[in-house]
Amino acid sequence: MFVTTVLTASTETVVEGAEHAAEHGAAAGGVFPPFDPSSFASQLLWLAITFGIFYYVVSKVIIPRLSGILGTRRDRISRDLDEAQRMKEESDAALAAYEQELAEARRSAGQIAQEARDKAKAEADARRGEAEGRLNEKLAVSEKEIAAIKAKALSEVDGIATDTATEIVRQLVGGTATRADVAKAVAAAAKQ
Amino acid sequence: MSNDPIHQFHLQKLIPLEIGGVDISFTNSSLFMAATVAATAGFMIWATSGRGLIPSRAQSVAEIAYEFSSNMLRDAAGSQGMRFFPLVFSLFLFILIGNLWGMFPYFFTVTSHIIVTAALALLVFATVLIAGLSQHGLGFFKLFVPSGVPGWLLPLVVAIEVISFLTRPISHSVRLFANMLAGHITLKVFAGFVVSLSALGVVGVAGSVLPLVMTIALTALEFLVAFLQAYVFAMLTCMYINDAIHPGGH
Repeated sequence: MFVTTVLTASTETVVEGAEHAAEHGAAAGGVFPPFDPSSFASQLLWLAITFGIFYYVVSKVIIPRLSGILGTRRDRISRDLDEAQRMKEESDAALAAYEQELAEARRSAGQIAQEARDKAKAEADARRGEAEGRLNEKLAVSEKEIAAIKAKALSEVDGIATDTATEIVRQLVGGTATRADVAKAVAAAAKQ
Repeated sequence: MSNDPIHQFHLQKLIPLEIGGVDISFTNSSLFMAATVAATAGFMIWATSGRGLIPSRAQSVAEIAYEFSSNMLRDAAGSQGMRFFPLVFSLFLFILIGNLWGMFPYFFTVTSHIIVTAALALLVFATVLIAGLSQHGLGFFKLFVPSGVPGWLLPLVVAIEVISFLTRPISHSVRLFANMLAGHITLKVFAGFVVSLSALGVVGVAGSVLPLVMTIALTALEFLVAFLQAYVFAMLTCMYINDAIHPGGH
């Protein structure tokens, strides 16, 4: 479709060529303008000038600026990422240290508690031992006293028995028996 | 005049100049070349003047254009090709803005003249040839000898490769020129229908809706084409530059 359009358009131009030539006073005549060689020199020259200037400006100003901007941003982003990485490592290290300290504290707390328990137990044992010793002492003293009292009481039993026997003999027999004889008899009886 | 779709391509001498019998007048074409350069360079310089770490809108546009073009070149020609980046970037911006200037009514489309696109295509061709020869010497001609082709087929393949290499500037320039020319003519023809039909009374006015819709649709299409052709021209430039850098690489 484009081709036919162009073709009809160019024939139209040819038809209207004279009119245009008069209108523009151009050397174009009836030639299709893009194929008019008389304009080539001017277009090439001005293209060279304008594109040359543009190329110069692009390569000397625009590209360095843009690459600078993008480079700065890239550097900044990578630096920020590094910084974030470093901070993360720091926080990880801090966390690890904290956990290690916590574990140590827990261990030492256990140790302290164990020591306290041991010490308290030792003290309690010592105190109990002491108390037992004291009680044993008292027991021993009491036993000795009891033994002494018992011995004394036993030693007095003979005298009482002699006295009682003497009195019994006197009451029953009416006579008197010498105390020595009675004592002898009591001793003999006690022996049996 | 108003209905002549070719009228828009006429050159008008704004400042007639002549040196040694050669006409070098400052024409409307020259004016729009200058306008393209001034607008593009002016915008890019203004947009990047803040050098913001966080870009403004204008700076974003400049950065996007830069990254778009540099990625295009890096993908096609590798990091070695980046020394041709000023050329690719200038070509892309110049053609893009030149095409877009042409979208304004009554404005001249610089790229609708074959001599302009041919000059740009030949600039690329010459750059490729000179860079290729200076970098690889005769090794540059390995470009025409694809690897893995059986010997008896080689003369034919080399001939085809040489012809395709030599016709590059033609296809490169005609593609851009023809697209801009045909698009603008089509636009003008359909817009002309609107005017002609409207002159035919009520029925004509009703009938002119169709070409009006076409004109609107074509305007949108032409904006796409304006960008696309600049992209295609720059892309092909990148691929040709790749040939200059890696002649044996295909």
